[in-house]
Amino acid sequence: MQPTTLVILLLILMAIAYQFGMRRSVAVAGGPKNLRSLHSRPNYYGYYTAIWAGLPALIVVGLWAAMQGNFIIDLVIADLPPDVRSLPPERLGLWLNDLKNLAEGNIVSGEVSPALRAGADHYLSLQQTAAAAMAVVVLVIAVAGVSFAMKLISPKLRARNRVEGVVKVLLIFCSSIAIVTTLGIVLSVLFEAIRFFNMVPFMEFFFGTEWSPQTAIRSDQVGSSGAFGMIPLFAGTMLISLIAMTVAVPIGLMSAIYLSEYASSRMRAYAKPALEVLAGIPTVVYGFFAALTVAPFVRNVGESMGLEVSSESALAAGLVMGIMIIPFVSSLSDDVINAVPQSMRDASYGVGATRSETITRVIFPAALPGIVGGILLAVSRAIGETMIVVMAAGLSANLTANPLESVTTVTVQIVTLLVGDQEFDSAKTLAAFALGLMLFVVTLILNVIALHVVRKYREQYE
Amino acid sequence: MSSTTVDEEVLMAEEIESKEGVGGADLGARADEIGATVGDYTVDKPRMTARGVNVYYEDKRAIMDVNLDIAENQVISLIGPSGCGKSTFLRCLNRMNDTIDVCRVTGEIKLDDQDIYDKKMDVVPLRAQVGMVFQKPNPFPKSIYENIAYGPRIHGLARTKDEMDEIVEVSLRRAGLWEEVKDRLDEAGTGLSGGQQQRLCIARTISVSPEVILMDEPCSALDPIATAVVEELIDELRQHFTIAIVTHSMQQAARVSQRTAYFHLGRLVEVGPTDEIFTNPVHKLTEDYITGRFG
Repeated sequence: MQPTTLVILLLILMAIAYQFGMRRSVAVAGGPKNLRSLHSRPNYYGYYTAIWAGLPALIVVGLWAAMQGNFIIDLVIADLPPDVRSLPPERLGLWLNDLKNLAEGNIVSGEVSPALRAGADHYLSLQQTAAAAMAVVVLVIAVAGVSFAMKLISPKLRARNRVEGVVKVLLIFCSSIAIVTTLGIVLSVLFEAIRFFNMVPFMEFFFGTEWSPQTAIRSDQVGSSGAFGMIPLFAGTMLISLIAMTVAVPIGLMSAIYLSEYASSRMRAYAKPALEVLAGIPTVVYGFFAALTVAPFVRNVGESMGLEVSSESALAAGLVMGIMIIPFVSSLSDDVINAVPQSMRDASYGVGATRSETITRVIFPAALPGIVGGILLAVSRAIGETMIVVMAAGLSANLTANPLESVTTVTVQIVTLLVGDQEFDSAKTLAAFALGLMLFVVTLILNVIALHVVRKYREQYE
Repeated sequence: MSSTTVDEEVLMAEEIESKEGVGGADLGARADEIGATVGDYTVDKPRMTARGVNVYYEDKRAIMDVNLDIAENQVISLIGPSGCGKSTFLRCLNRMNDTIDVCRVTGEIKLDDQDIYDKKMDVVPLRAQVGMVFQKPNPFPKSIYENIAYGPRIHGLARTKDEMDEIVEVSLRRAGLWEEVKDRLDEAGTGLSGGQQQRLCIARTISVSPEVILMDEPCSALDPIATAVVEELIDELRQHFTIAIVTHSMQQAARVSQRTAYFHLGRLVEVGPTDEIFTNPVHKLTEDYITGRFG
């Protein structure tokens, strides 16, 4: 029996168990008129029974499915001819892959030997037995769960509390998935980064001013010294983010102030969604807009003024990234400005302040913590942005403060390091993890600062 | 008599709601009974005059043909059941209703013979001349000093720090708050107690030397003791300012005001000296409201 069929069967069983539990509780209470004698309403007894039917069985299904593969492979190996069993582990792995492919009807890498054929047959029959065994065991557990729950049902059983307890555990489980995933990603990046720091000294990575991640594939290869100084990358990231924020913060803030304080409600109803459309444009579209439209434009303007502009410039990438971030700044600021109580505005207008005085002296200071928080979130967004920079800012790791030159960023380098044919244990690919870790730390710090600022000053006007 | 307990007010409010909720037809009948304003709405020395004032929220008419004078150095209280338009009328007097998009005002309101709804009228100096104190204390999230200095600063009333210090001190003294806060002027205004906050707001209003002060239920968020202090303050402020106060508490109206205007369903029903209104109301609706027969 397929695991999916089994799960569907279990669900049906749970539905039946629900009915059983409910009827049973009514019967135990002594008919529908005596429901008051029950601790919980009958449907909770139904849920209780259904949980007993489904939960233990589902846990068994999960565990079984997780362990069955290895267990069967072990059995198959134990039954193989000695000459195959004595193969070195990598070769045995390949051989077993062939066996599985043959069993599942896929293409096999070499010729099919009788031993392979016999192994595959054995594998198939073991799988079928295991599936059948699982179905039987699981269904028995489910039915046993139902009968156990039915026996437990009595007017004193606190079914509602039990059911709510299970629901609570389920909620905790779901919320911990996000946390555990984050933790997993961080740890895997961290371990790879540690491997990288075993090859390249810590100090060289942090304080090196040269980035040229070419490691030799063969020992006699020339021109591949490999320099892993992250400073040019972070400088490039900072430069582009700075340009982006110079564009996004004033424009975003002003549009937020217009929308929340000056615009009529009809204007606001149209303008706000229109502005937020900017946030919905895929960054790759921004990327080719930057590379094909803005970068040549910047170069032409620069050259007409007698400046030397690279065709892929930090300025072009930063400008477009700034446009992309405008909705973040404006939307968050707009919310914060709207959250300033009307009574503050009334108070200010009440002593004869004009609209602009009210905004600059009362509303803006009151909303500042939230605005700063929004801007910091936008900065983390800018630092993590990749596509625009890949397309418009170039790949050369120049250490420069000149926005007209081409620079590269941390994220772009991560992409280029991991694209292409490389061993996954060379310093070159592992450098991506070290960069990723640094990037993660920087954005994490920014987010923590943002949250802290917002929380610290939030209650001021309440 | 400062024991206008909160309970009483709550009871009254509940009564109003139940009356309005259930007896809609009853109120409709009463609307016909209102007729022209009873009593003399003019005074000898008016500071503000309102003639034929109507206020519309979109199509709904909230105020109907109200004529009323506000006399110099007097306190006039506007009373009436919830939703009768007394706060709306008050907010017309310094054009605070302008901040509401859908609100439209017709008729004529004059401050010292100047029509405040004239196209040439600038609301900024108007609101400095006609200040407002709100229902809930709303100090800025700034220091006590900055709360007071805000108005004088935007109007350029003080040229030096000393002048500003003096304005702050005088305003706080007049609001009866100076002794309590003089040693902590740089602390946040929001850290004061509710009653102190409301007096701070009053000080902020008088810091720009207005001629008229409008108060929209200034004590409804305060406890009885703070209420008594603010009421005493209102009585003192009368020497320097003209005051119009909206209140739900009839005891408060009787204590602080010299004239009383009773509003009902957007109309001014009766106006007259406070002691006459409370001892000898002419209009049946006024009598019913004052004796607590309905909300």
